Amino acid sequence: MMNRKQALEMLAGRITDQIVVSTYSTASEWIEIMDRDLNYFSAGAMGLASSHGLGLALACPERRVIVLDGDGSLLMNLGTLVTIGKVAPRNLTHLVFRNGTYEANGGHPTPGPEADFEGHARAAGITRAFTARTVAEFEERLDYVLNEDGPVFGCVAVEQGPLGPRSYKDMYKAERRAALRAVLSA
Amino acid sequence: MSIETKTDVDKLHGAKVIEQIKAAGVKYILSVPDLHTSSGLLRPIANDGEFEHIRVCKEDECLGVAAGLTYGNLRSLMLVQYTGFLYAMNAIRGVAIEQKLPICMMIGMLGKEPGVPPTQSRRFGLRIIEPILDVMGITRTCIESDADVHRIAPAIDEAWRLSRPTAILIGGRPE
Repeated sequence: MMNRKQALEMLAGRITDQIVVSTYSTASEWIEIMDRDLNYFSAGAMGLASSHGLGLALACPERRVIVLDGDGSLLMNLGTLVTIGKVAPRNLTHLVFRNGTYEANGGHPTPGPEADFEGHARAAGITRAFTARTVAEFEERLDYVLNEDGPVFGCVAVEQGPLGPRSYKDMYKAERRAALRAVLSA
Repeated sequence: MSIETKTDVDKLHGAKVIEQIKAAGVKYILSVPDLHTSSGLLRPIANDGEFEHIRVCKEDECLGVAAGLTYGNLRSLMLVQYTGFLYAMNAIRGVAIEQKLPICMMIGMLGKEPGVPPTQSRRFGLRIIEPILDVMGITRTCIESDADVHRIAPAIDEAWRLSRPTAILIGGRPE
């Protein structure tokens, strides 16, 4: 099975001007790999990363928005798939790193570690959906993640990463949001 | 037997509320249906081509979508029932308040007795709305009849000017 950091490093190698929305454990790894103004950290309420991403995709139709979600987070807001499926922004990619645990909260299992998120996405009307279980499968999908007319959904099966506590203080500070606004309004 | 009748002065017309929403430059309506505002506000909004209307599945989604929209300076209005406001409390705290965002919430006060202040309603859920808003430091505007609607656009403008959330409580039932 893939290591999440490996997958994020592969993605980072292809990132240019996209807005990347991340949350909790995925966010703390993403910021280590690619600290930049076009990052958006979904803070304050678990589960809403893809909702923030939807708003950003509508606000910035000329840019691709890539959401890096967790399975525990998505399970708190499954309806988001239906909302995104209906609104269907062409510039939104929603990736869910499925490790079957609430990694940020002590590594307890989610109620459904093997949940079929690709199936959920398809049932919600997001037809461009895939599951990647290996590094090679994820690599093969990178063009799709970055360029396919969306909404695109991908479930990336990964092993559990390091357990918390992690510090989110730096990534959630107001200066980061201001920097993103400055880039987008330039 | 007494029959309560509404005079024109007491009425709240949805069309006048919608005029104010448009005057405030709101483009996106993010909604979960509320019986209180269903026919007088939500249906006409859904049929109004000037709005982009997004039906969400749960009220807290509105906070994420509205937050993202602010990055394009796009104004949105969350149209929900007071029960949905209560449901979304943590997202309101974490996204609207702590990130100091101009999230504008129009909240239907389903079951509020006409002319009775929310804090004096017989319904527990309605009585607690204003105290909760006060504790959270969210400004509020109560709309009971057409005489109050002129306060809607300024409330939204003020939220954007100060980058802070605001709540517009719809007490009268729009018709």
